[in-house]
Amino acid sequence: MTPRTTADAAPPSATAAPEPPRRLLRAAPMAATVVLLAAAPLFLAPYATTTLSRILVFALLAASLDLLVGITGLPSLGHAAYFGVGAYAAGWITIHLTPAVPVPLLAGAAFGGVAAAATGWFAVRSAGVFFLMLTLAIGEIVRQVAQSWDSVTGGSNGLYGIDLPSVAGAPLGNVGLLHWYVLAGAVLGYAVLRAVAASPFGAVLRGIRDNEPRMRALGYRPYGYKLAAFVIAGSVAGVAGALLAAQQRLVTPSDLGFTTAALALLAVVIGGAGTLWGPCLGAAVVVLVRDALGPTLDGHGPLLLGVVFIAVVYLLPRGAAGVRLRRGPGREQSEQEPT
Amino acid sequence: MLTWLDANLVSILNGLAIGSLLFILAVGLSLVFGMMDVLNLAHGALFLAGAYLGHLFVGQQAGWASFAGALGVAAVIGALAGGGLSVMTEPLAHRSHLDQALLTLGVALVVAELLSIAFGNDVQSVAAPPGLDGSTVVLGSTYPVYRLVLIGIGALLAVAVHVVIERTRLGLLVRAAVADREMVSALGVDERRVKAAVFGIGSALAMVAGVLGGPIYGARPGLDSTVLILALVVVVIGGLGSVRGALIGALVIGQVESLGRVLLADLASFVLFGALALVLVLRPQGLFGARAQART
Amino acid sequence: MTPMLDGTGLRREFGALAAVDGVDLAVEPGARHAVIGPNGAGKSTLLRLLSGTMRPTAGRVRLDGRDITRLAEASRARLGMAQTFQHSSLFGSMTARENVTLAAQRHGGHPAWPLPRSQRGVAVAVGELLEQVGLATRAGIAAGELSHGQRRQLELAVALACRPRILLLDEPAAGMSAAESARFAGLIEALPARLTVIFVEHDLDLVFRLAGHVTVLHLGRVLLSGPPDRIRGDPAVQEAYLGTRDREQLFIEPGGADVAAGT
Repeated sequence: MTPRTTADAAPPSATAAPEPPRRLLRAAPMAATVVLLAAAPLFLAPYATTTLSRILVFALLAASLDLLVGITGLPSLGHAAYFGVGAYAAGWITIHLTPAVPVPLLAGAAFGGVAAAATGWFAVRSAGVFFLMLTLAIGEIVRQVAQSWDSVTGGSNGLYGIDLPSVAGAPLGNVGLLHWYVLAGAVLGYAVLRAVAASPFGAVLRGIRDNEPRMRALGYRPYGYKLAAFVIAGSVAGVAGALLAAQQRLVTPSDLGFTTAALALLAVVIGGAGTLWGPCLGAAVVVLVRDALGPTLDGHGPLLLGVVFIAVVYLLPRGAAGVRLRRGPGREQSEQEPT
Repeated sequence: MLTWLDANLVSILNGLAIGSLLFILAVGLSLVFGMMDVLNLAHGALFLAGAYLGHLFVGQQAGWASFAGALGVAAVIGALAGGGLSVMTEPLAHRSHLDQALLTLGVALVVAELLSIAFGNDVQSVAAPPGLDGSTVVLGSTYPVYRLVLIGIGALLAVAVHVVIERTRLGLLVRAAVADREMVSALGVDERRVKAAVFGIGSALAMVAGVLGGPIYGARPGLDSTVLILALVVVVIGGLGSVRGALIGALVIGQVESLGRVLLADLASFVLFGALALVLVLRPQGLFGARAQART
Repeated sequence: MTPMLDGTGLRREFGALAAVDGVDLAVEPGARHAVIGPNGAGKSTLLRLLSGTMRPTAGRVRLDGRDITRLAEASRARLGMAQTFQHSSLFGSMTARENVTLAAQRHGGHPAWPLPRSQRGVAVAVGELLEQVGLATRAGIAAGELSHGQRRQLELAVALACRPRILLLDEPAAGMSAAESARFAGLIEALPARLTVIFVEHDLDLVFRLAGHVTVLHLGRVLLSGPPDRIRGDPAVQEAYLGTRDREQLFIEPGGADVAAGT
């Protein structure tokens, strides 16, 4: 084959984009999942439905964390901070302003996003271990603020007595209705993450994950993209927080504490980083295990969590951020040494 | 000015005492971190283990022998634990930072939970050795003797660590490794042994800090993450792998924790956060960073 | 005529060692300019100073008369400087097409658009580029699973997708088979004449086939700069490669040995 120049006109490649039918086919499992989840309250006992709602909340948190860990390559240890900020904001607004439905959700999204922007602008300047440390410190400091700012957060007692969310003036007064509300919010948040991941912007994020120096050589300035990803993830985590406030009707400092952040990270790692849906499954496993084993372990759940972390690190052959290191050689070679 | 100093002297001294403790804790974290890029999240748990060890040995009836015994045992166990951590992180040397963090996090959780199973959820106090448990008058304010001694120990250890790092062969290797990791293996030294040694010393210091901190903080669940965060902030502010940075950072954070809490009450957490952000914006590599922060 | 790219007094130190030690380099528009020299001569470092991957300790870089010494790499890329790297460093988990798309959407697409959209123009351009470098049939393969030679081809497609005015190639043919190397030379020859190409290369056959101008670096300094014919016959160049005068600097490698064989 003779090489051609860019000046030559070539016919567009036949395989430019996935055909519409294939796209539909790909959406089918997700649609089926949503239908199944929506139908769940009709044949599940209230307690099981509540557990399912909790899984949905935690799944959205894990998926939003995956946008950072798996897609952008920013392993955050403090993501629960934005989850908690969203939860407190939504809870406070429900109590003091209105429980009318889109408001707490929007508040969660806005406050989660603002908190992420306020902390992310310097956190995403760092990379590697530094980023881990900073996010850990930020998460812990936010928790301390939640614990000590009594007048707003209720201190260590938490923010309690959060009203049920209401639609057109009527509170969502049973487990099924509340589940649908949580499902709607989770699907919305997940759809946002999915859309971002599939967009040209999402491709840039994956590029940063695979090879940030090379992105600069292509003319990208990674900082803005990373910050935007951080804010989007924080905002979606805030939505998850708002759902938590509605579902649990109580927000405590431990909801934005390190254990929550670590559990979310665990969900991402065991579910498969970078896939978005994998962490949702991971979240289901984490919540079920925690609920099932929590009582038998007499409040020493973190012991199990610790053992699982150690096991995961040694057992996952490609490491925790599996996607990131999937093609190891390319990454190692990208380190540039002077010649 | 003088009256202000008078009014806040106790807080300032407290800040120095906390700073001393933080330095002992942070210097090991900083060196392991600066040398090997390993973020040891189990560092706080080691501190807590040291505090419980102090409680076990000293309890309520303090004696010099038991206190010294606690310190010695803490140093030995800490060194062994550090060596163990070094071996555990070895297979992960070429993996992502997240893996190392998750591993040490797992260890931290396990250790902290085992301690809380063993000692319960109440605050366990540790008495200061006899003769140091009273108070004395400093510039007109009454102040616990033990905290003054702690300030002294911190200063002594700072000098000791400085001498080790600047004057000994191990210190030379450590400095070389912080500056350029490949260089150490190029010198024909087994990098793993240097790492294990630094990990061991750092961990021993963390446990010793736990014993020393016992009479002030006691031993209680949750203390591990509190001190870990403070130590992390110290390392970030001071810079990777820098002894001087760890010292300055510890003194700054000690004052933020003590004076800041008195002067600004609820806002102290914000101040901590603000100090962190400020340093990172002005000097991304930390105040005395030997190396610019990793840009992967 | 203003040089397209112009480095003056470029210097870069690593500790006590000056990898690039006062290099002047002027590259004419549309030139095929080769930089050669034994290992450790500072070729790759020089290329990085030009591309902005590294900041010089001293000296200036001008692009089309404009001082770009202080401009970041990304800004230079936006002014039309594209580069390939010595060690293929692509986006390993992405397909060949996605790799090229990432570059193409930055220069003519919507890189910051946060919702899915088809970038028609970008897709067409990417198809053409893959075709051009001979990877049309491998478009759906992950970059990390391509062969070494194919990855080099992909590197070139990614660089070309940046719509460059200047192309900086760091040992583009390293590790290629003879056939791949010849194919690659054909690719470079077929590039539009107005595109300026600077390349570091060890394969001197390739250098003398492609280059209109050759700069020889030795120990961080310019040993000689001129048309290929003058370089080929120069005794100082042979000495630098073979180190007849100074045994301690003997870094011969296959490409270096070719000089002796060729003359």
